[in-house]
Amino acid sequence: MSARETILGRLRRRLDGPLTPPVSDFSVMSGRGWSREERLRRFTAWITSVHGEVIHTPRADWTQALARVLADKGIRRLALGRAHPVAAEARAALAEAEVTLVDADRPVDAWREELFFRTEAGLTSTGGGVAETGSLWLWPTPDEPRLLSLVPPIHIAVLDAEAIEETLFDVMERHAWGQGMPTNALLISGPSKTADIEQTLAYGVHGPRELVVLLRH
Amino acid sequence: MSVETPGVQTPGVQTFTPQAFHRQAHDALGNPQIRANFRSAMDGLMGKRREAFADWELEALRELGASVRLRALAQLPTLLERLEANCQANGIRVHWAEDGEAACRLIRELCEARGAKAVIKGKSMVTEEMHLNAHLETAGIEALESDLGEYLVQLNDQTPSHIIMPAIHLNTDEIADVMHDKTGIPHTRDVDAMTAAARAQLRERFMAADVGITGVNFAVAETGTLCLVENEGNGRMTTTVPPVHIAVTGIEKVVEQLRDVAPLYALLTRSATGQHATTYLNMISGPRKSDEQGGPEEVHLVLVDNGRSAIYQDDELLDTLRCIRCGACMNHCPVYTRVGGHSYGTTYPGPIGSILMPHLMGLEATKDLPTASSLCGACGEVCPVKIPIPALLTRLRREAVGEGRGNVPGAGSKRTKTEAAAWKAWQWLATHPGAWRGAAGVAGKLGPLTPGKLGPWSDHRVAPKPARHSLHALVKRHRSTIEEES
Amino acid sequence: MTPIKCYPPKPPRVYLFGTCLVDLFFPEAGLDAIRLLEREGIAVVFPEDQTCCGQPAYTSGYQDEARAVAAAQLELFPEPWPIVVPSGSCGGMLRHHYPTLFAGTPLEAQAEAVAGRVYELTEFLVHVCHLTLEDRGEPETVAMHTSCSARREMGLAETGPALLAQLGQVTLVEQARAAECCGFGGTFAVRHPEVSAAMVEDKSRAIEAAGAERFVTSDCGCLMNIAGRLAHRDSEVEGEHIASYLWRRVGK
Repeated sequence: MSARETILGRLRRRLDGPLTPPVSDFSVMSGRGWSREERLRRFTAWITSVHGEVIHTPRADWTQALARVLADKGIRRLALGRAHPVAAEARAALAEAEVTLVDADRPVDAWREELFFRTEAGLTSTGGGVAETGSLWLWPTPDEPRLLSLVPPIHIAVLDAEAIEETLFDVMERHAWGQGMPTNALLISGPSKTADIEQTLAYGVHGPRELVVLLRH
Repeated sequence: MSVETPGVQTPGVQTFTPQAFHRQAHDALGNPQIRANFRSAMDGLMGKRREAFADWELEALRELGASVRLRALAQLPTLLERLEANCQANGIRVHWAEDGEAACRLIRELCEARGAKAVIKGKSMVTEEMHLNAHLETAGIEALESDLGEYLVQLNDQTPSHIIMPAIHLNTDEIADVMHDKTGIPHTRDVDAMTAAARAQLRERFMAADVGITGVNFAVAETGTLCLVENEGNGRMTTTVPPVHIAVTGIEKVVEQLRDVAPLYALLTRSATGQHATTYLNMISGPRKSDEQGGPEEVHLVLVDNGRSAIYQDDELLDTLRCIRCGACMNHCPVYTRVGGHSYGTTYPGPIGSILMPHLMGLEATKDLPTASSLCGACGEVCPVKIPIPALLTRLRREAVGEGRGNVPGAGSKRTKTEAAAWKAWQWLATHPGAWRGAAGVAGKLGPLTPGKLGPWSDHRVAPKPARHSLHALVKRHRSTIEEES
Repeated sequence: MTPIKCYPPKPPRVYLFGTCLVDLFFPEAGLDAIRLLEREGIAVVFPEDQTCCGQPAYTSGYQDEARAVAAAQLELFPEPWPIVVPSGSCGGMLRHHYPTLFAGTPLEAQAEAVAGRVYELTEFLVHVCHLTLEDRGEPETVAMHTSCSARREMGLAETGPALLAQLGQVTLVEQARAAECCGFGGTFAVRHPEVSAAMVEDKSRAIEAAGAERFVTSDCGCLMNIAGRLAHRDSEVEGEHIASYLWRRVGK
């Protein structure tokens, strides 16, 4: 008998007999009733509290805000996708800037060294935000692969104010995550951190040291 | 059934065993550094948890968490099959292992099939439970931990002392020494500098690794999704950079639906470290697709039983399997806070370890663990999925002395003739009220003569003296006074 | 969480289950509990055949022995009167563990019935007697140690402090980590004496550091443990059962 059959058999022939699954009441996970302003306020407060940086920008001018972030932080090499409107608009706006645009829409194996050691920031779109926890959710794509938000020391994420929902549960339900998931889905709340050395917080242990959210209104 | 035999840990690794609990606890209690490290860490964690739940209907949330876990356990075999089917549909290959040894062998074979020499690991308690690193090393495969705490503990030839914060027993100075001695960086107490050094050291290793191995926090049957909860990003690195990802999980970690993850995640992060959310919730539903630029070519899921299906048989013991491994029970345990994680000598220390390890190692080896609790109830009070830990400790005490159901390995092994006879004598006295009153009277008369020393009790406390007159006697006198007065 | 309990009106008569520790080591506390209840116009019946609730054996795993002793106690409370217990620990045993201990036995219904009538002393004084206290004592700074059983098993973190707060001359201080166990835990103190000693040392230091001249508790296990530790160090801080403390300051 295979291990699978043995284990399942043991579980099915349970000594104390079959169990009745309880019903779960999910009401505590939802229905916060926050206004748009309140969602925005909570999102900003929470993500800031975990060292995320939020830069508010009118939707029309967001690429200027991006250019300022790049200039302020001295970022010379920015990795980004191509097809997504966020990437496309950024590329158009930065064409004349003194920033080298690194193509992220190619097999990682082809530019691993460059990604790991020479790229200063990664730019990604986001699916939306979560007000309750100050989180971003991302479904990486061939255009914006998963390492783009992880490997460079700075992650710049573009989020629309109206895409901030109340809770993670709401996001999962509204976007029907249960119906089908991408190969990788991410909830990101701040830059990489650790408290493994005597409870002292340190940022950028494996992932980005900084997370900048360009919040478009 | 168990592979958790003392002595099979990596050679050179500092070894603690549950059999030596008393000695290990004695050493820890006498070590001011250990005492201070744990006390301050646990105080901090308790405070953060309290704050994190401040504006929640905590009871409703815990109730939901418990129901999610119980609903999964109630349908466990069906959900495991559904998980398997949906993972396979997603391209994740699923393997089953009856015990830790089988799981180790299976994982080694997966590594060997790829010609792997270097494995990078994300945090996984189940692989600690089966001593996977030691097993891989005997096959010439190097397994390197990438979670900073695990990395430090591995550098220091130790095992984790906490399930969430593996290096909590070390302070900054000790870590500075380890980093300097073992990795050759200039000696520094600067946490940012040490963190940056570890980042640089491990980046090379992520890129060079043939295989990444991680645990799983929740495995979603509905979608075939593996959820990993972390702050550092090493889990994301481990599951994304190497060409092969092997996820290892106990069979109890399955949940029915994706929506079930939301309450468990909310409970886990707040209970563990008082965070509203961890930096990353990484949800993996397959290897890279043909059009994707990155991610592993192969993803494997290893479902490990290792004693869990035996726990599953019993309605009361079943609650042990609800655990989501947040560590809140140890953070709030007054015993763990004082003796630290290593004293327990088991993979899972503290209250959860004391109710889980006897099943994996047998009650004979772990007999001192279920009693290493004052039954103060702090663990049960904070458990995010409402595991009745004190009741389970009491159950295992019964099993240990042979007065339970006899279905825990090593049941009855702690029963001694002397102790059993003492309790029988106590029973006789307490069921013979006349004799009880007589004994109380004698004790009262002897009160001043009773020894001032009462075993180990009086090493630290004044020994109590029986009162001159028992309550029985005082009540009698009180009644007659009242009658005289009236 | 302890379900919300509906309290009855003040009854004419109650049983007192004194507990074995009170009986043998702190009998005055038992008598003072009786006096406090009588002061409220309640007649107190003390069944003479009571011995021990069975908890020491129960928590040591000796379930059969515990059940035999518990069964003997079940017979002592035939009338439907409340059963008052001057201990959260023994109260918790009677209220919460008796139904489990007798589940599936012929005594199950009787155990349930007894459990439903059990009240810890301070709970009874606050919620049933609605006791009001007039302090006649000297000014004093006091810390309350609520036992883990009273706090967690019976959900009574507030009743002891609520009673002390009524004493006009008493300044109530809270020690650091007030909710942490003192390290008694019944046979735990015997099986793991060093760990227990470390716990009681911290507890006694915290009480001293809070500036208390005295600590008061509703459980004799904790009292024996903490006061025993303080006395061992020749500390000036003394411990007292809350029944005795209240009676001393307001009684007669």
